[in-house]
Amino acid sequence: MARLIAFREALREAMSEEMRRDPNVFLMGEEVAEYNGAYKVSQGMLDEFGPKRVIDTPIAELGFTGIAVGAAQNGLRPIVEFMTWNFAVLALDQILNTASKMLAMSGGQISCPIVFRGPNGSAGQLGAQHSTAFESYYANIPGIKVISPSNPYDAKGLMKAAIRDNDPVMFMESEVMYGDKGEVPETEYIIPIGKADVKRQGRDVTIVSYNKMMKVALGAAAELEKEGISAEVIDLRTIRPLDWQTIVESVKKTNRLVIVEEQWPMCSVSSEIAYRIQKEAFDYLDAPIRRITAADAPLHYAPNLVAAALPDVPRTVKLVKEVMYVKK
Amino acid sequence: MAATKFSKETYLYWYELMQLIRQFELMAEEKYKMDGKIRGFFHAYVGQEAIAAGCMTATRIEDPFVTAYRDHGLALAKGMSPDACMAELYGKATGCAKGKGGSMHFFGKDVYFFGGHGIVGAQIGTGAGLAFAEKYKGTDNVALTFFGDGAARQGMLHETFNMAMTWKLPVIFICENNNYAMGTSVERTSNVVDIYKLADAYEMPGDTVDGMSAEAVHEAISRAVKRAREGDGPTLLEIKTYRYKGHSISDPQKYRTKEEVEEYKQRDPIQLVLSTIYKNKYATKDEIAAIDKRVNDAVVASVKFAEESPWPSDDEVLKDVAMDANYPFIVD
Ligand SMILES: Cc1ncc(C[n+]2csc(CCOP(=O)(O)OP(=O)(O)O)c2C)c(N)n1
Ligand SMILES: [Mg+2]
Repeated sequence: MARLIAFREALREAMSEEMRRDPNVFLMGEEVAEYNGAYKVSQGMLDEFGPKRVIDTPIAELGFTGIAVGAAQNGLRPIVEFMTWNFAVLALDQILNTASKMLAMSGGQISCPIVFRGPNGSAGQLGAQHSTAFESYYANIPGIKVISPSNPYDAKGLMKAAIRDNDPVMFMESEVMYGDKGEVPETEYIIPIGKADVKRQGRDVTIVSYNKMMKVALGAAAELEKEGISAEVIDLRTIRPLDWQTIVESVKKTNRLVIVEEQWPMCSVSSEIAYRIQKEAFDYLDAPIRRITAADAPLHYAPNLVAAALPDVPRTVKLVKEVMYVKK
Repeated sequence: MAATKFSKETYLYWYELMQLIRQFELMAEEKYKMDGKIRGFFHAYVGQEAIAAGCMTATRIEDPFVTAYRDHGLALAKGMSPDACMAELYGKATGCAKGKGGSMHFFGKDVYFFGGHGIVGAQIGTGAGLAFAEKYKGTDNVALTFFGDGAARQGMLHETFNMAMTWKLPVIFICENNNYAMGTSVERTSNVVDIYKLADAYEMPGDTVDGMSAEAVHEAISRAVKRAREGDGPTLLEIKTYRYKGHSISDPQKYRTKEEVEEYKQRDPIQLVLSTIYKNKYATKDEIAAIDKRVNDAVVASVKFAEESPWPSDDEVLKDVAMDANYPFIVD
């Protein structure tokens, strides 16, 4: 039986179920315990698991990440909540230089099973320092996994997979999706890391997206349908490993590809997809691969500048028509 | 001989400045809640005004200030116009950062206000860097860097303290200890609850200050300024204050009681200054009413100014991002 639950509840269920299953899993971060989470993802978890396993930290991202990474090397399976990924930048040293490299440097002796999670990307008018989308940064790092789901069902199944995974996993959520409701089964399920999902079948063009930009992709597909254009929409769900095979299968059918993402354009997820698809499916392409990213600038505060900087449905529709060589 | 250490003019300046800050915050908060014209995170300075007041009379305008996202009070204190500040909250082109910064990122280089910063603790280092430049250039200006009790737990503090003390940088580290970092009280974040003691590890002078008293703030800052101007380096001041409002507008404040908030309001910094003014007959009730009216008019006018101001034009998205006029932005 499926019921409708919010994104934040889906994450909480995944964490709680895994903590019941494995006593070595614990949660730490700023305001996760007594305040019940800055965005209420961990609501009630302190009550259930107690302060040994649901741990409030000071505002000290580098320090508590270091402690979590050390704990992961020594038999535990930490879940670290960053209040947002913007603040994880302070801890990048521990993630990149320690967590991601430990297995290699130790010749396979020391692994680092750890989940880093929190909201990512823009969330309205929060200004430049609270609005960066980090998928492409972390996806650049060998050895780690990057998950960026778009709905409660995927979030729960992927979070459970992330906690059971034996490598460092970055899990990217969104402030503006925590209240989104979706169907989630009562029974346990796990979604494998690294599998994209075709969220909408189509014939004429493939639109690839992830996280909250999936709303733009699906919104554009609905608009295009009114004009007789059938768009297939792929939700990447995992950024690394990148499931390019699913994109290739789709492009073989549609022969056109548009990518919608919230990264800055340089060295972004779309850059990598465009490379991979031209290499693997060159003969199937009837138009250049195109993309809509965030504007190549820090996100300014004013509402019109936010709107102008981020991908939206009208621009996606327009771009799809361009790759289809449809006039008007 | 005056009955007080500070002049009548000083008290009246403090009163007007603190009222301006408070009324500005209350008006902006109302606009946020009522018409939704102000968005994003909004952190009010209400309750902490005496810090801005005391810092202003103990420094000169060329002394650079840098702070966190709770920045409206210090910006106004530095002399940034309520019009430009309110317009920034509205995201208008006439704002103090052209509508690009918002509540957390006020800037005013002409008055040496180096901004509101959003990454907790980051500006501790920035403030020491402002001081480094003053020393390098051979001025005797002193940088004031403000941060919260929560920020005091960042590693940035320790690295910066060490270098600032070793290099005798002319900087004052001002910890505005308002008891809480979001929902976390000071004693829940460390074994060391007296934050000023963190200076001891670097043999830096450190002290606590009553943040509800503009006089006490002025005196402590003056001592630290003197040390810094004379080349003796930094000071840590833990200024004990209290925020009357939640961490930000969306904070339900379940971590503290209404009684606790009321208790602190008994020693309201503005009322303390006002009672000194009345006790010493520095102003009549009518004269205070005239100040209140002037403040109120300025705040009301700032709203009108903000509402009537234009939005930034959409092509501002790629402007102010790089000084290089030919910077090759990626435009697909
Ligand atoms: C590096 C970083 N971590 C977390 C946050 C989220 N955050 C914003 S304000 C805040 C509390 C800071 O409290 P304090 O330093 O006491 O300042 P106050 O808000 O009381 O003025 C937190 C955790 C952030 N902005 N930056
Ligand atoms: Mg505080």
